[in-house]
Amino acid sequence: MAPLDQAVQDDAEVALLARLRAGDPAAFEQLVRAHGGRLLAVARRLLRDEEDARDALQEAFVSAFKGLPGFGGGSRLGTWLHSILVNAALMRLRRRRRKPEQALDDLLPSFLDDGHHARPPAPWRQDAHVLVEQRETREFVHAAIDRLPESYRTVLLLRDVEELDTETTARALGITANLVKVRLHRARQALRTLLSPRFEQGAA
Amino acid sequence: MITCRDLLGFLHDYTAGALNEAQTRTFEEHLAVCPPCVAYLATYRAVSTLSLATQQSDASSDELPEDLVRAILAARDRPSAP
Repeated sequence: MAPLDQAVQDDAEVALLARLRAGDPAAFEQLVRAHGGRLLAVARRLLRDEEDARDALQEAFVSAFKGLPGFGGGSRLGTWLHSILVNAALMRLRRRRRKPEQALDDLLPSFLDDGHHARPPAPWRQDAHVLVEQRETREFVHAAIDRLPESYRTVLLLRDVEELDTETTARALGITANLVKVRLHRARQALRTLLSPRFEQGAA
Repeated sequence: MITCRDLLGFLHDYTAGALNEAQTRTFEEHLAVCPPCVAYLATYRAVSTLSLATQQSDASSDELPEDLVRAILAARDRPSAP
């Protein structure tokens, strides 16, 4: 789900912000309870490890608490918290022991001299979206995403799974919008190659 | 007429609706005569849809466990680690 995007805060949020800045502990608890569930879901999707997700959530709220003096109120609290949480999760992802990643070039389609596909792409089954209802299929997709090199995996997760727009993704990763587009395109191609054996028509 | 390789380069922008009229026409002219690229386009789109659907099927309740709430509140009160 995309983060809340309205720039203007409503009265309730202005009041909560005032109480937060005043150091009201009940206000902080209210903030945690109002946004924590949604943010925990984001952390779980990015980190795919319950303990890491909880730690990232905790870090994010503590970070937000410390960052309150610097929060100008130029965006919604939810949007601000979401970006702190995404950063905390991305930092954890970067620190992780690297699993064997597949070289991206090996996963991109190749072409003949005349510009035709070297291996004509096969159509996929019509019921692919039904297949993901099975846990085993989902595990297969997760494993495939995990095999992407990290910089491509994070772009795919933020753009296609978290559905953040290009600008927000670029800011979160500290790269240009153009680089986001290039990496996303390559990530999708690579993931397509990895998923094809399972989803092609005629596959077992 | 553009090649399949050329088309791949445009694919991201086409699916994002970011090609202008002339580019879109060129793109679709190729699709009209190239079943492999039609298949590739469909599967390229499916990759995004499936990535999202996989995560959504996984989605457990968004409920915040009470012990986690308490841990967060306690962490707020702790002085920062050096």
